[in-house]
Amino acid sequence: MTGNFLSDTTALTQRSLRHIGRSPDTIITTAITPIALMLLFVYVFGGAVEAGSDNYVNYLLPGILLITVASGISYTAYRLFLDMKGGIFERFQSMPIARSAVLWAHVLTSLVANLISLVVVVLVALAMGFRSGAGVLAWLAVAGIMLLFTLALTWLAVIPGLTATSVEGASAFSYPLIFLPFISSAFVPTESMPGPVRAFAENQPATSIVDTVRGLLAQQQVGVDLWIALAWCVGLLTVAYVVARSVYHRKVR
Amino acid sequence: MSIDLQRTPGQGREPAIQVRGLHKSFQELQVLRGVDFDVAPGSVFALLGSNGAGKTTVVRILSTLLRSDAGAATVNGFDVAAQAGKVRASISLTGQFAAVDEVLSGRENLVLVARLRRQREPGRVADDLLARFALTDAANRRVATYSGGMRRRLDLAMSLVGKPPVIFLDEPTIGLDPQARLEVWQAVRELAGQGTTVLLTTQYLDEAEQLADRIAVLHEGRIIANGTLAELRRLFPPATVEYVEKQPSLEDIFLAIVGGGDTAVPTASTAPVRAAKDPR
Repeated sequence: MTGNFLSDTTALTQRSLRHIGRSPDTIITTAITPIALMLLFVYVFGGAVEAGSDNYVNYLLPGILLITVASGISYTAYRLFLDMKGGIFERFQSMPIARSAVLWAHVLTSLVANLISLVVVVLVALAMGFRSGAGVLAWLAVAGIMLLFTLALTWLAVIPGLTATSVEGASAFSYPLIFLPFISSAFVPTESMPGPVRAFAENQPATSIVDTVRGLLAQQQVGVDLWIALAWCVGLLTVAYVVARSVYHRKVR
Repeated sequence: MSIDLQRTPGQGREPAIQVRGLHKSFQELQVLRGVDFDVAPGSVFALLGSNGAGKTTVVRILSTLLRSDAGAATVNGFDVAAQAGKVRASISLTGQFAAVDEVLSGRENLVLVARLRRQREPGRVADDLLARFALTDAANRRVATYSGGMRRRLDLAMSLVGKPPVIFLDEPTIGLDPQARLEVWQAVRELAGQGTTVLLTTQYLDEAEQLADRIAVLHEGRIIANGTLAELRRLFPPATVEYVEKQPSLEDIFLAIVGGGDTAVPTASTAPVRAAKDPR
């Protein structure tokens, strides 16, 4: 069955990657919102922000990366929803293929698509003056955290993709996720926020992930933030995966 | 009242599809209330019924997409509930709700299915089927650009990959123009000619008449008649000829006005009931 799972997942992943290859606008639109935000914050608000950093792009980039992933995974929900609605899903389910291959294909496709969007955003940041002296290991750590974060949010996106009754419903869930970094240390230090907002900002996942990535790119000690960030990602991934699987099994018997 | 004409003499082999006492409800709505029928191997069996009669529900249960509330069904000798994997290896599903991928080309669709069905040479399988269904010229075009008839032909071609012994065609010609409809009929006949068992659902009487070896009428969740066309015909009283008034058709009027016909104005000609029910 494992052999089936791998070859079925490969065949179906290639199918969804073709979809992306034929509508590259999904990658562009994923990258455009975070890039616009980056331009806005650096060139419009940047002069007024007291971030305690001489290079505001450096300060901003980690939060922008989270926003990129949060907007990218809505396409996973969207594509999954279209498969469900269009009937191709049922064709696959009536075929002798590994049950979970259909979902994994969408998840792997999401990882690839988000990776491309992230690279595009980093390249734009470089053009805007982002610099990092981080070594290979630190970059690998950043990539690992972003991968884990993308995986967790993708499985979260699978849930509305399977259950939504309209296209809007399938992608609307990502809006709060996109806003989460705004109430975190992504754009301004949390110290500047009033009490309750600050308490929320400091104890939500975006802050620990942003601080970890920022620390890694700035070649600083990351310490406890890393473990908090990992715990959030793994915790979210586990819950989202378990819920998505149970929703899926209810759908496909 | 159920009229069972199931026992046809000389049918020794085990049925390709066997359905016994199938029940299915969606919340309050009882869709199937005890459906029974057998489909002989290599035959074309039409499940005839109006919209909402439960045809699609039967097909979804038989193709392992849905569980029945009660009753049993086997496909190719395998129980649809307990041996779903083996059933899936024996069938393919086409039509109303089993779609093709519009973003991929016709060939890519076929190659994908061939890979998922573990064919040794997916490209060869795809090319053979494209040729057989007259889609070679359109092979590398996106399916989104196909006409309705081409799409349905591709759909049929996809269900032939790996030569499954049983094929479900759910409303295969719904929404097709007459020409495309004939093409699909031709393809179904070829399938049946090669020994594939075909279960076809349709709401078109002439489609069942044209294609099926046996016809079962599904009405309000039960099979109310099941037999060959000749047997079903015998269920009805001998044909009586009634004469009713027929309104002149536009053609009649046209011919009368231009004086082209060899008859006078047929103000009230007569025709059998069937013709009168089909106003043109």
